[in-house]
Amino acid sequence: MNQSIPKTFVLGLALALAPVSASFAQSGNDVFAEYREMFGDDNPAELAEMQGEEIWRAVRGPKQASLEQCDLGLGPGVMQGAYAQLPRWFEDAGQVMDLEMRLLWCMEKQQGLDVSALRAHPFSEQGQQQTDLEALSAYIAAQSRGATVAVPQEHPAERRAFENGKRFFNYRAGPHDFSCATCHTHDGKRIRLQDMPRLNTVEGAKGSFPTWPAYRLSQGAVRTLEWRMNDCMRQQRLPGLQHGSDVAIGLITYLGVQANGAVMDSPGLKR
Amino acid sequence: MKTLRTASLPLLAALFAAGCGHAPKAGETAAAFDAPLDITGSFAPRGQAGMDRLDQDETQRICSEYEGKPVPPELVTTIMEAANAGIRFPADGNYLGDWKNGEKIAKTGTGLQSNDDPNVPNGGNCYACHQMAAEEIAYGTIAPSLGLYGKLRGNSEPILKYTWTRLWNSHAYNACSHMPRFGEKKILDEQQLKDVMAYLFDPQSPVNLEAPGKN
Ligand code: HEC
Ligand code: HEC
Repeated sequence: MNQSIPKTFVLGLALALAPVSASFAQSGNDVFAEYREMFGDDNPAELAEMQGEEIWRAVRGPKQASLEQCDLGLGPGVMQGAYAQLPRWFEDAGQVMDLEMRLLWCMEKQQGLDVSALRAHPFSEQGQQQTDLEALSAYIAAQSRGATVAVPQEHPAERRAFENGKRFFNYRAGPHDFSCATCHTHDGKRIRLQDMPRLNTVEGAKGSFPTWPAYRLSQGAVRTLEWRMNDCMRQQRLPGLQHGSDVAIGLITYLGVQANGAVMDSPGLKR
Repeated sequence: MKTLRTASLPLLAALFAAGCGHAPKAGETAAAFDAPLDITGSFAPRGQAGMDRLDQDETQRICSEYEGKPVPPELVTTIMEAANAGIRFPADGNYLGDWKNGEKIAKTGTGLQSNDDPNVPNGGNCYACHQMAAEEIAYGTIAPSLGLYGKLRGNSEPILKYTWTRLWNSHAYNACSHMPRFGEKKILDEQQLKDVMAYLFDPQSPVNLEAPGKN
């Protein structure tokens, strides 16, 4: 990332785009490409990354600990490449966890923080500051830039998560009969103006998974894959998908395993 | 709702239990992870979207199982017969309403989502999937273009009935269609369906004024 561009400039761009954002809904992907060009290598997600780094290093909670000893799967404190290998099985927790679940676990167990509020409201509302989870996700994902996606399928629970995701992908329900497959099994097709990746294929998943978390221009915020799952479920007319639930982890594992071998490039920049 | 949920559990369980055969490694207690997933544990009611939304009817169950694969002929028959049995044509025999309101419905993507106001009429969201009027460039491409729909087909009784049936329950013609069952599932009411029909058929409707570009 080009460090020579002052952060205030990036912030200025982000703010300048805010009023423009509404029109993205009605404009073509080429217009979006223009904005992407304008940003070049710079992504307003950098602000969230800095916020995340502060939270990662801060000594907090009754146990007066920082998150720096949090084991993201590659050993305590190892961040490089960790995101590219999540979700995975964590023996200490007895669960398959994605990054967000793992962070909550470390906050709770290692810092002694009460995370119930964060768990209930993991995503920032329009115009609010990023939540700790979003900021940390941006920071930690950035430490996997260039790493090869390698979501493990060693433990039976990891394979089970993949299977759950694969099955749920085709699960039609709700008044509109939508499943993920309704919108995400076509090649080169669009919903309104948005290109739809074909997410039940290796190629489609490889194009999508490595770009998350992403800074969304239309919302002026970094969004995570948990958020993406949640919002697609809303469009599917289903009730609220619970953060870190079996279905959420299943779908993210399904996408991640299909994307194995791709190169991480997140936080991405999206419409 | 509770009884519905309980009743549906074996169904959900069956879906998620079927055919997951990873040989466990020696020493691993795979059994615990082979238990069927109860997906209701992953959701909570939100806004107007209750837990009953997770229950599948027979059509949804079959179409989920055969997504991306050919549906066996006997199940195609099951789905089509159920679809045809549910069609309700307009009581007054009049298929066409107000195309201007139909246009609004076709362009409106909201309705029945957890964050939507249940007091606002649902949209049809046709443009999410279909190209329609030439002037609207924000159209999806996962379904065939409906440009010049009425102009190309005329408005004979069989064509009107065919189109009404498509809108009411598309599975009557194509089992496991990806198009929502707007009438059957009460997404749109009879008047709204008439308005959308008028948008497709009225000679004054922008759908029929100009051929849209290739999508
Ligand atoms: C009714 C349509 C619809 C359904 C159903 C749907 N999605 Fe989406 N999905 C979208 C749209 C539209 C976007 C792009 C939104 C945007 O760019 O603003 C999207 C984007 C995504 C992305 C991000 C792609 C990328 O890399 O930018 C992922 C991943 C995804 N969906 C997964 C899913 C999964 C998993 C399901 C099922 C649980 C699902 N979707 C169901 C419409 C849908
Ligand atoms: C989620 C996608 C989706 C939405 C939303 C949708 N459709 Fe469709 N529609 C389809 C698909 C796919 C087909 C192609 C045939 C099939 O699969 O059943 C189709 C077919 C049709 C046909 C038959 C076309 C022909 O050539 O015979 C008509 C008419 C139609 N749609 C009208 C509408 C209208 C009007 C709306 C909105 C009220 C609408 N559709 C909303 C997906 C959709």
